[in-house]
Amino acid sequence: MTHYDEDRLAALLRVLPPAPEAWVRAAQELPLARRGLDEIVARAEADAEFRALLVADLEAALEVEGYERDPAVVEALRLRLANG
Amino acid sequence: MGCVSPENVTAAELVARCRAGDQDAWRELVERFSRYVYAIAGQGFRLPEHAAEDVFQEVFARTYEHLDRLRDDAAIQPWLAQLTRRLCIDHLRSSSREQLEEEPEPDAADDAFERLDESLAVHEALAELPEHCAEILDRFFAKDESYHTIGEALGLPAGTIASRISRCLAKLREHFEGRNPPAQPSGGR
Repeated sequence: MTHYDEDRLAALLRVLPPAPEAWVRAAQELPLARRGLDEIVARAEADAEFRALLVADLEAALEVEGYERDPAVVEALRLRLANG
Repeated sequence: MGCVSPENVTAAELVARCRAGDQDAWRELVERFSRYVYAIAGQGFRLPEHAAEDVFQEVFARTYEHLDRLRDDAAIQPWLAQLTRRLCIDHLRSSSREQLEEEPEPDAADDAFERLDESLAVHEALAELPEHCAEILDRFFAKDESYHTIGEALGLPAGTIASRISRCLAKLREHFEGRNPPAQPSGGR
């Protein structure tokens, strides 16, 4: 028989501490990051010079152009440029 | 606050809203399941912090990309659990054979995962409690904060926190058992 007394509920509450705030924030901002990624890829497709800059030094080019250099976005962008 | 009121929205509704591009719903979905995914990677598979973070981000990235593959929106929790477990196992397999040998025993792991599911259900019930109950209980038990810290954060005298915790636990019990009535004995056989 399953019975939930206060001690058991307290123990169950302890089982799920919060995930680190920065991890949660990064996951919550995924849609924004993806949108930024799409914008950069679209621009690279339309602008050969910008694409060359990205291929030569991705992180530096993003910084110069004022884009957020989130590691997950940079990695995703690297893959998309390599496959595009 | 955005368009989503966490207490009133089921996981299935959140998934449907996410699929429709509602960013507030996505934020709430991540908030609601972040502890669960974190616990599977950290407690269930005992991944080191950096590996747990990789798995955590990958789980939500894949979830975001593949929400349209979910056949039943209400099944988001088991879907997340399965995805997290698969990614954890992939990580252990790719990192080293020694670590693979340290994978939890299936029975022990199943118990641990059942406990996480149970805990998530209790946390969901918290959201439906009145007053400051959810916050007080979460801060004290899950975040391990002191009476003093909780009192300061909520503008309550620290001396009243212990009694509030006790009252809130009683409310939680009443509420949780109302949602999940104890199983009846099967007839003595």
